[in-house]
Amino acid sequence: MRGILMKQPLFGKTLEELKVVVSHLGLPGFTAGQIAGWLYNKQVGTFDEMTNLSKKARFLLNEQFSMGVSQPVKVQVSSDGTKKYLFGTESGKFIETAMIPEEERITVCVSSQVGCKMGCLFCMTGKQGFQGQLSAGEIVNQIRSIEEAGQISNVVYMGMGEPFDNLPEVLKSLEILTASWGYAMSPRRITVSTIGIIPGMITFLEQSEAHLAVSLHTPFDEERKMLMPVQVAYPIGEVVREIRKWDFSHQRRVSFEYIVFGDLNDSERHIRELARLLNGLSCRINLIRFHPIPGTPLQAASDESLYRFKERLNEKGILTTIRASRGQDIYAACGLLSTRELLKKEQQ
Amino acid sequence: MQTGFRQQSLWPVKISSVEEISPGAFLLSFPRNFSFSAGQVLKIALGEKEVPRMYSICSGENDPEITILFNVKPEGSLTPQLSHCKPGDTLFISLPLGSFTGDDQPAWLIATGTGLAPFYSMLRSGLVNGKQLIHGVRYLNQFYFEYELTRMLGQRYIKCCSAEHHDKVFAGRVTDYLRQLVELPSGIKYYLCGNGLMVVEVRDLLIERGVPFNNIISEIYF
Ligand SMILES: Cc1cc2nc3c(=O)[nH]c(=O)nc-3n(C[C@H](O)[C@H](O)[C@H](O)COP(=O)(O)OP(=O)(O)OC[C@H]3O[C@@H](n4cnc5c(N)ncnc54)[C@H](O)[C@@H]3O)c2cc1C
Ligand code: SF4
Repeated sequence: MRGILMKQPLFGKTLEELKVVVSHLGLPGFTAGQIAGWLYNKQVGTFDEMTNLSKKARFLLNEQFSMGVSQPVKVQVSSDGTKKYLFGTESGKFIETAMIPEEERITVCVSSQVGCKMGCLFCMTGKQGFQGQLSAGEIVNQIRSIEEAGQISNVVYMGMGEPFDNLPEVLKSLEILTASWGYAMSPRRITVSTIGIIPGMITFLEQSEAHLAVSLHTPFDEERKMLMPVQVAYPIGEVVREIRKWDFSHQRRVSFEYIVFGDLNDSERHIRELARLLNGLSCRINLIRFHPIPGTPLQAASDESLYRFKERLNEKGILTTIRASRGQDIYAACGLLSTRELLKKEQQ
Repeated sequence: MQTGFRQQSLWPVKISSVEEISPGAFLLSFPRNFSFSAGQVLKIALGEKEVPRMYSICSGENDPEITILFNVKPEGSLTPQLSHCKPGDTLFISLPLGSFTGDDQPAWLIATGTGLAPFYSMLRSGLVNGKQLIHGVRYLNQFYFEYELTRMLGQRYIKCCSAEHHDKVFAGRVTDYLRQLVELPSGIKYYLCGNGLMVVEVRDLLIERGVPFNNIISEIYF
């Protein structure tokens, strides 16, 4: 049993890492590309299915590695077709993956960490605290092991965790998703969302072509500090200043996520300050309805104020859309399902 | 004040002392040649090109040296090396940044572990009036600056220890201490500093007990 536990997973390794593996095993160099094909293209579940590998290669892989893929432990299906998958992690905790079907596309929202350190006031995941990092394999497994695998058109890193607090594994997962030897997805179909961890954001912008989304939620320093503790270290003004150094006027996009809270961040003052903050930047604001989490002091805004806020921002020249609320009957907030599952396990 | 985040904005300073003040907790100092506001942080690295980490300035605004208080993370990339630094070694630092700064209004300062650092800086800088400090630790020897804090705050310095007992120390976590209080002042600010889970738990508890969320300011050591 101990030997099995100590086997390293192969799923989640980049081509470079697979080359190191095959070299250590004394296998021909081209085996690395073959393995990558089986792992990410043909999506097999065992080494024995990798039929173009030599018997020796399959034997050595079986002996020294695990596949590293895992199936969801629970699935919830919403009346609108949205699904929430719950995956177990090696540490005995849970992560959530959402699948959102739309007319012409299927978007999967992946988690990048187990829990989160950032403590945003409006977030259920934050209440779990930080439980651990996900490996690149565990991130990519969320699009590999759901029922819709193979039909996914878009991936958003907006599930549990702050992607730039797990930068090396997130970058590796992006490489696997976009490389020709991997899933060969266009980076333009992938969006990574951050609360604004500036050093990680800079490295991401340098090393990946994927879209960037930034959680803004209010343009005012003092107000953002109450909502998002990260503001004291990485103020949104500095985040936007850094973003301005990059070109988002062509294929790559930057968007700002803005949860609209009732009587808090939807005033005319906020509109003016947002217009000032984002002035001249080629970007979009996505307004999000707030679904109150247990014990929150924050309220949801009315539909009326949401639409008015959107209109006013558009009038100010900031392209603004309202994100459709999906799957409300199965999860009001990301982190709710895994928290429940965690509590259930603790009680047992 | 410049608050640029690019990694190039680090410059060298010579370490004047590194002292282990409790098992695994160190104070590191170097001469101060800039001004800062108590509660601010510095980015610190051992090489100019290395990814820096953030540390709260622990010394007072007028102290001749800048001091940081850090815990060694055994698997960490910076803190084990920092703990082995010697006087005269070079450190790369940024300008002070961050806005977790205090003022002279009454406030409760709530910290766990090395989250004490910004509060110690505020208190040493003279922001003592109307301040109450609640410090939570696992072991009794983690009450850093205990003597000086008792002298500065007297009864307004509350020590909570979760794993060891002592007469003058509340037995339990910071959240246990807050929960057993009959009333919490509502018109003041609450500053929280430490790891994410502590901040979230204390914040939830304060809100549950009627403290408006916009009176709670947090810094998380992520
Ligand atoms: C605003 C702010 C202020 C801060 N102020 C302070 C302060 O005053 N004092 C203080 O002590 N800290 C402070 N911190 C935290 C500090 O910045 C560092 O994160 C901390 O000191 C750890 O740095 P490190 O390089 O040693 O560890 P890192 O390399 O960053 O590792 C962090 C953690 O991950 C684990 N880890 C890393 N690599 C691996 C691996 N390969 N396998 C398994 N585990 C691994 C380590 O065990 C460690 O627990 C602050 C953080 C912020 C954001
Ligand atoms: S919103 Fe994102 S960064 Fe903030 S606590 Fe939740 S998961 Fe973490």
